[in-house]
Amino acid sequence: MAQRAIREYDGKAIFSKHWEKYFSGFQYGFKSVLVSSGDELRKKANEHGFEWLKQETLVAKPDMLFGKRGKNGLVLFKDKKPGDVSLEVAASWIDEQISHPTTLLSGQHGTLSHFIIEPFTPHSEEQEYYISATTVGEDDVLYMSTEGGMEVEDGWEEKVTEVVIPINMQDANIDHLVRANAPVDLPADKKEAFISFAIDFFRFYRDLNFAYLEINPLVMLENNEMAILDLVARLDDTAGYLMLEDWGKIEYPTAFGMEDQSSEEKAISDADAKSGASLKLTILNPMGRIWTMVAGGGASVVYADTIADLSGNVSELANYGEYSGGPTTDETKFYADTIFDLMTRFKDPKGRDKILIIGGAIANFTDVAKTFTGIIQSLEEYAEKFKEIGVKIYVRRGGPNYKKGLKDIKEAADRLGLYMEVYGPETHVTDIVRMSLAKEEK
Amino acid sequence: MSRLFTKDTQAIFWNNNRSAIQRMLDYDYTIERKLPSIAAIVAPTSAAKFDKFFFGNAEIMIPLYRSTAEAAEAFPGADVLLNFGSFRTAYDVVMEAIELDGQFKTIMVTAEGIPERRARIMNQAARDKGVTVIGPATVGAIAPGAFKIANIGGTIENIINSKLNRCGSCGLVTRSGGLFNEMSNIISLNADGIAEGVAIGGDRFVGSVFIDNLLRMESNPDVKYMILLGEVGGTEEYKVIEAVKSGKIKKPIIAWCIGTIAKHFESGVQFGHAGASANANRETAEAKNIAMAEAGFFVPDSFNDIPATIHKVYEDLLAKGVIKEIEEPSVREISKIRKARNFICTISDDRGEEATYCGIPISKVATPDSGYTLGDVMSILWFKKRYPRWAVDFIETVLKTVADHGPAVSGAHNAKVTARAGKDVVSSLIAGLLTIGPRFGGAIDNAAKYFKYGFDNNLSPKEFLKYMKDQGIPIPGIGHRIKSVRNPDLRISSLKKFVSENFPSSPILQYALEVEKETTSKKDNLILNVDGTIGVLMVDMWRELGYDDAEIGTFIEAGALNAFFILGRCIGFIGHILDEKRLNMPMYRHPWDDILYDVEQLEY
Repeated sequence: MAQRAIREYDGKAIFSKHWEKYFSGFQYGFKSVLVSSGDELRKKANEHGFEWLKQETLVAKPDMLFGKRGKNGLVLFKDKKPGDVSLEVAASWIDEQISHPTTLLSGQHGTLSHFIIEPFTPHSEEQEYYISATTVGEDDVLYMSTEGGMEVEDGWEEKVTEVVIPINMQDANIDHLVRANAPVDLPADKKEAFISFAIDFFRFYRDLNFAYLEINPLVMLENNEMAILDLVARLDDTAGYLMLEDWGKIEYPTAFGMEDQSSEEKAISDADAKSGASLKLTILNPMGRIWTMVAGGGASVVYADTIADLSGNVSELANYGEYSGGPTTDETKFYADTIFDLMTRFKDPKGRDKILIIGGAIANFTDVAKTFTGIIQSLEEYAEKFKEIGVKIYVRRGGPNYKKGLKDIKEAADRLGLYMEVYGPETHVTDIVRMSLAKEEK
Repeated sequence: MSRLFTKDTQAIFWNNNRSAIQRMLDYDYTIERKLPSIAAIVAPTSAAKFDKFFFGNAEIMIPLYRSTAEAAEAFPGADVLLNFGSFRTAYDVVMEAIELDGQFKTIMVTAEGIPERRARIMNQAARDKGVTVIGPATVGAIAPGAFKIANIGGTIENIINSKLNRCGSCGLVTRSGGLFNEMSNIISLNADGIAEGVAIGGDRFVGSVFIDNLLRMESNPDVKYMILLGEVGGTEEYKVIEAVKSGKIKKPIIAWCIGTIAKHFESGVQFGHAGASANANRETAEAKNIAMAEAGFFVPDSFNDIPATIHKVYEDLLAKGVIKEIEEPSVREISKIRKARNFICTISDDRGEEATYCGIPISKVATPDSGYTLGDVMSILWFKKRYPRWAVDFIETVLKTVADHGPAVSGAHNAKVTARAGKDVVSSLIAGLLTIGPRFGGAIDNAAKYFKYGFDNNLSPKEFLKYMKDQGIPIPGIGHRIKSVRNPDLRISSLKKFVSENFPSSPILQYALEVEKETTSKKDNLILNVDGTIGVLMVDMWRELGYDDAEIGTFIEAGALNAFFILGRCIGFIGHILDEKRLNMPMYRHPWDDILYDVEQLEY
């Protein structure tokens, strides 16, 4: 993996943890809690240190990676008038939200489960600013604007100042560059503080290995107090081993509406986590007709590409995934079992045979015969189901010991009475897709 | 640098990945390279000095070093670093290697998942120094017929099938390592193979990108056309389009970006590598394929049509005479069964007509008319060189000097007692030899070690004495029971005379004599004794013969100095043993009255 989104709450927790080190000239309260139900919020309010939940008026919103919560009507900041939300109102609102599915304007669909609750911060629009940083090409870019909130996205070009910061730039030069490129319309009384905060913000983003970090709006209150009203953050998770202490306990939630992994996908992802090899499975359409069991990441992509291109109908493609990095026979069998089981659950509505692509490029060092042993064992178990539902199998593979692998699997298919065509490196890697579809047309 | 690698290219391999190294050497043998493509291996935690590999059916030794700097110093011509460090260490390895100015032209990084910021820092640092980084997250690169990195190309069988054993005419650049082999195969089936191929790596931030490699291939006369296999995500392909539009690249390019499937799925499915995710429309595979086709690249309709496109471009270039037919070279085969040897011998060989000492038949060194003396044979068998006359004479002088020191010393005494117990020559000799150690005969080693230390660190004699005092041990090689300044040891006088007449120089002996002045001013018998003199002179001799400090250190560590004493003293011990046999003295029993009995009385 690489860049992964984290919850607003976790992002703010990282800010809070390092505030003194990076933002010593500013104040930040970190009054935020993350809950999954109204009851959890009520309980939290009785804990020491969270008295503010009862004492102040609140704002509540889902904390599940998606944006535009205001436009989706999912920010609770008023009961009767803005800024009057009590603990009890927030708690019942949360309970109401989790009781039914929600469809966002983007079409994402799911049930809300995580909410961030913070004090309501009265402020004027003039106090709102925008700041973010990310990587563009090989450089970092710092974005700043004197307009915060949703409005900044309209008229981005005019409103936002960009500062491109090369990877190897020294701190002193970065300070100078940010200062020289600060928004020209900063009010005189806030100018120095904003620039200073922007420089701190960039160092924080850089040193903590964020891939993307955005505060919008950033509210500059009196006495150098900063309010982070909304935060979006992605971390470079490859730096995780360096950041164990600095990030603390971090969770990478899946995108809203995507949480419902099937039990089969979950089982493969669990097996992947335990193995030195790589096992990946995404079910695209459980009713799909063309199933793939492909070795190698690059090959799995070109098989998917070719099936979509040649079948003319992407919904034919049932799954996407790969097994690679030298899985053991047992791991390969488990992977094959999972796919074969899914494939034989439904008959094709039009009564056509299903197509199983056992594909792969020419391996660098994986022993093909060895990995095929696991597939053969699985074929033996599923042969009857294959015949019941109708499956045509196309195999293509190269690499160490491929001749034996192809011979073994073909012999097994013949013995089990399964339809199988077998090809080696003399046949183009994806050409079995064309062959399988051409067969179909006849 | 129009060619990435040549047939003379040698690499330093970071991490002793035996199977990958063996595959490189098998490739070297197959294409008849003269030099192995690996000059040295960096194995930071290994205590060994070399590792064995096959070169064809024979075994060769490749030196191991603890650090890149040491390996680079030993092999200044090895300008490729193959960094097989893990994602935790690979960054530090690259940064250290870049600092070795002028050493490395190319650094390959195999690790996947180096923190992005570190990858960017390291890639930029390499660019600033003009070093080409291949990777991270790559299987590497190949210049067929010249040099191959690690596992790229797969098995030897596949390499030959894909014609990766000799130079073709295609320049191939892919992101994916897994599809690299596949592309080589397609190119060999539909054209004449590749001239140079690079898998640039699957991580988001890689060192050399498509444009870097294609520009180099543009200037490589072996490359007649190029193939770019890109991926969904990123905008690197647009730089190539710019280069074609501006005329920087004129050779034909066949191009395809994989991941066209991604357009069918909104989000959430990661197709392929970490770098493979489209953040904007122009980063999609489809948009890039269209843009490249518009710029005049040869872009097939789908991945499945790549073979036909390659065939067409190749046939066209062949017809135009840009590409000539290639005559296939012979391929040297490696036998399937190879046996690793358990023992290694680098000094003598008894397999031919006549046994040899470092290649010299025994009959050519044995008799007086050969001009070889015993010292010559010692220098050949002990140090694998024939030493000049003065050094050989010195070795023999040492042997003669230490041959015996009378019957009373502990070693000779033990040998005599054992012989009188009726034991044979070899048992008696061993009994004597086993006493040689730190207290008997061991001063030579330590004298060499400490005087060398004092001299090399420019310690004045006074500072040296203080240093030894801090060590808490008496100065080895200083002091004699009887001999003193006024009653000099004549063995030493003659050694010194020999040295002054024959050694080109003897700085450490001179230093030891300065120290002696200091010690004898305190006590008359604290002279530089025979052990000390021999020890320091051995170091003087080796330095004069051109050995470096590491080699001399190895000799001392291995016990070579002590070995001179052991060999020499064998002469004396055997003399005493034969003496006992001749005299036929009875079993020796030590007299009671010479033992102080003070036995503990326990209750029982």
